[in-house]
Amino acid sequence: MARAATTTDVFNAVAEPRRRQILDVLVDGERAVNDLARLLGSAQPQVSKHLRVLREVGVVDVRDDGRQRLYRLNGHALKPIHDWVKRYERMWAERFDQLDAVLEELKENEEN
Amino acid sequence: MTSSTGTAVVTLPTDEQILITREFNAPKRLVYRAWTTPDLVKRWWSGRRGTMTSVEIDLRVGGRWRYVMAVGSGGGEIAFHGEFREIVPEEKIVTTEVFEMAGVTDADEGAPLNTVTFSERDGRTTLTLLTHCDNKQLRDMILESGMEAGMQEQMDLLEELAISLR
Repeated sequence: MARAATTTDVFNAVAEPRRRQILDVLVDGERAVNDLARLLGSAQPQVSKHLRVLREVGVVDVRDDGRQRLYRLNGHALKPIHDWVKRYERMWAERFDQLDAVLEELKENEEN
Repeated sequence: MTSSTGTAVVTLPTDEQILITREFNAPKRLVYRAWTTPDLVKRWWSGRRGTMTSVEIDLRVGGRWRYVMAVGSGGGEIAFHGEFREIVPEEKIVTTEVFEMAGVTDADEGAPLNTVTFSERDGRTTLTLLTHCDNKQLRDMILESGMEAGMQEQMDLLEELAISLR
């Protein structure tokens, strides 16, 4: 699967550990950039750069609140990742459904 | 399906891991048997993606396993193999798992490690399968392998799941 560049692809956007940390913090509610920098123990310019990438793929939204800008998580944009895991889940669901049938037969054989 | 007993739940505990959990309406000795007997593995491991052409299991520590599955109508095959690292009968199996790619004959160095556990309660078995990789790239590649599911197949499965949830 070829993937687009970071700027358009949520998979690549969250492939960076720091950016996932930002999302983890935003799960609990919106934050200003200086809050995020403090919580993550990293410099504000770095955090701003990560936030820009996350905003470009729509995972993070921003709003002005008086003098500060607040960043918040847009969980809906993470859906492709969720769907991706779901597909793997389906493959195993198929296997396990077949295994159910095998087990039913083994149980019947034991009873007879 | 007569008694589907739950759906597989997949979680990603860490960047290097995949954890699958599933409950079965059967005692663990039977689940273990279905998991480790070649003729039985042949009947479920391919899901609905093809047919198993070969299942070899040498169930002892240091022993090897190899599964081969025919896919599509063009005679294509995919194969996996590995080595048993730990075996606790009806409780736990630890193996390596290597996906065989054409032209790649690298050793099993850095192969993902699979840990399967079986625990029974009231005649039902909870199975967990933990895949642990050396790195996130490999973990993601394994997850990616689920991508081949065709649309029709997914619909069939959804229908089956819906029936089983009645």
